[in-house]
Amino acid sequence: MPKMTENELKRKSIEYRKTILKIIHHCGAGHTGGSLSCIDILNVLYNAVMNVSPANFEQPDRDRYIQSKGHSVEALYTVLADKGFYPQEALYTLNTYQSHFIGHPTRKVPGIEQNTGALGHGLSIAVGMALASKMDGRSYRVFTLLGDGELTEGSSWEASMTAAHYQLDNLVVIVDRNKLQITGPTEDVIALEPLASKFEAFGFAVRACNGNDIDDLLQTLKAVPFVTGKPNLVIANTIKGKGVSFIENQVNWHHHVPTDDELAQALRELDQVQQTLEVVR
Amino acid sequence: MMELGRPNLEEFASTLVDLAQENRDLIVVTGDSRGSGKLWPFAKAYPDQIVEIGIAEQNLVGISAGLASTGKRVFAVSPASFLTTRALEQIKNDVAYSDNPVKLVGISAGVSYGALGSTHHSLHDFAALRAINNLDIVAPADNFETREAIKASVSHPRPIYLRFGKKPLHHLHTPDTQFQIGEALTIKAGDDITFVAIGEPVGRALMAAQILEEEGISCRVISMHSLRPFDHATLLDAAHHSRAMVTIEEHSIFGGLGEASAAILLQHGIRLPFKIIGIPDEYTVTGSQFEIFDHYGINATALANTARQLLQAEPVK
Ligand SMILES: Cc1ncc(C[n+]2csc(CCOP(=O)(O)OP(=O)(O)O)c2C)c(N)n1
Ligand SMILES: [Mg+2]
Repeated sequence: MPKMTENELKRKSIEYRKTILKIIHHCGAGHTGGSLSCIDILNVLYNAVMNVSPANFEQPDRDRYIQSKGHSVEALYTVLADKGFYPQEALYTLNTYQSHFIGHPTRKVPGIEQNTGALGHGLSIAVGMALASKMDGRSYRVFTLLGDGELTEGSSWEASMTAAHYQLDNLVVIVDRNKLQITGPTEDVIALEPLASKFEAFGFAVRACNGNDIDDLLQTLKAVPFVTGKPNLVIANTIKGKGVSFIENQVNWHHHVPTDDELAQALRELDQVQQTLEVVR
Repeated sequence: MMELGRPNLEEFASTLVDLAQENRDLIVVTGDSRGSGKLWPFAKAYPDQIVEIGIAEQNLVGISAGLASTGKRVFAVSPASFLTTRALEQIKNDVAYSDNPVKLVGISAGVSYGALGSTHHSLHDFAALRAINNLDIVAPADNFETREAIKASVSHPRPIYLRFGKKPLHHLHTPDTQFQIGEALTIKAGDDITFVAIGEPVGRALMAAQILEEEGISCRVISMHSLRPFDHATLLDAAHHSRAMVTIEEHSIFGGLGEASAAILLQHGIRLPFKIIGIPDEYTVTGSQFEIFDHYGINATALANTARQLLQAEPVK
């Protein structure tokens, strides 16, 4: 995999954010806030950490990514297009009649490992895949992304116990800790904290990082396994709607679709950041 | 032309607000679903009568069963797909088998979620829940049926599943109509063909009937809002007085209204040209709810065609 500089990765994040907003605007539906909060994580995973590409997608030794918070599919579709799994134009068929690009990850779309969308499934599937990797003596790793609101699904904790029991240090669980769900702040809906010590008690090696900071994500995700014999848990502290001032931390932007004006304003803001990155280059 | 009402979701939510006033035992239980359920006004008006569970449908149904066991009138509200798939064992054991009369409310049912895809569609819920003893099933077809079903469910003695979508629907009934759980409503009389429908497709059946009537084909249209208990008498009477029958549902063609009707007819020795319209056994096409309806022939034109073909077919021997 050609190495990408941190600056290149940062510029990709901006490009991805613009694409996410454009396709959601174009197709009139989508999960804006959660896609913007997790896009830096997907960027680093697909461009700097995981060994997966269209060239090796059929190979048994590829790393695997399961997006348990399936509703943020626009982020995933965007990154997979950039990786060359399908042309960019395909993104603009999102949610349209007879398109394969539905509003949740589906294996009809190249590069998608598993169909998700009902919350609380991804971790169990990932545990199964990581277990198979161990059984077969393979080297591939399994990465899965969970929402923080999603963690109230009990299945996540059932899977966590299993992951620790089978010492799946090839499993990397990332929680998009944007502190919001549909109804409001996670701590008001059903309190999750103390989250790190919960996962530690369940047997994970836990690390927190800034999930919207490329450098911090690189350092954290390249350090797995954190502890030999323990599954890895990354609490990625993020901002829901990250990157656009009026979308950040706004609960109604969970699935709000940008109007024409909002899109234009958002693209302007992102262009400004992009220009500062060009200068640094 | 029929008059358009408001989304059944809104009718449901505002009915609950009205009922909670006089019924302080009425409790709504939600799983990060008060927004989807249009329940913010309820939450503001009756903050002590709503319990938030978070995204945890199994927990939501189990807790609802516990609350209901003490005499509370519990409405457990969650998207139909998650409620009836994720929490199926809680529904079967903790609600139905243990006879805790929870009112399970499956919102955004059928293919209401359109292009969000199969994870969000509930095309299995009639089939799965019909096979569970001690659980009534009602899918209202317009605002009137929704309001009446919610009202009736408050003191309903058995566990009940209510299921509806989120699009505004046409008003189907005259003001003097009487609603009872388990009693089908015949919206239009006729004796060439009978449309038996449930939920949102009822309005479409009525529109198909209007097309056919102009061609001189007499149509009966029945809203079979209760899948359990099922109104055998109304179905059998229609079959006796029709030359053909079409059933329509926003559900898999397996295990729902169509197969329930067919079983009843056959076991009464009745055979007539008969067609089940629903979502076929395939990966559901991507599209909005209405695009999906059109794709699978759940619209007035397509239903009228289906009816004509059935009437032209050889009579069943
Ligand atoms: C089993 C299940 N229940 C409910 C939903 C509906 N739903 C979609 S997204 C969402 C909120 C998710 O919140 P969170 O996990 O915090 O995601 P994020 O903030 O990253 O968008 C809910 C309740 C679902 N998709 N699956
Ligand atoms: Mg969140």
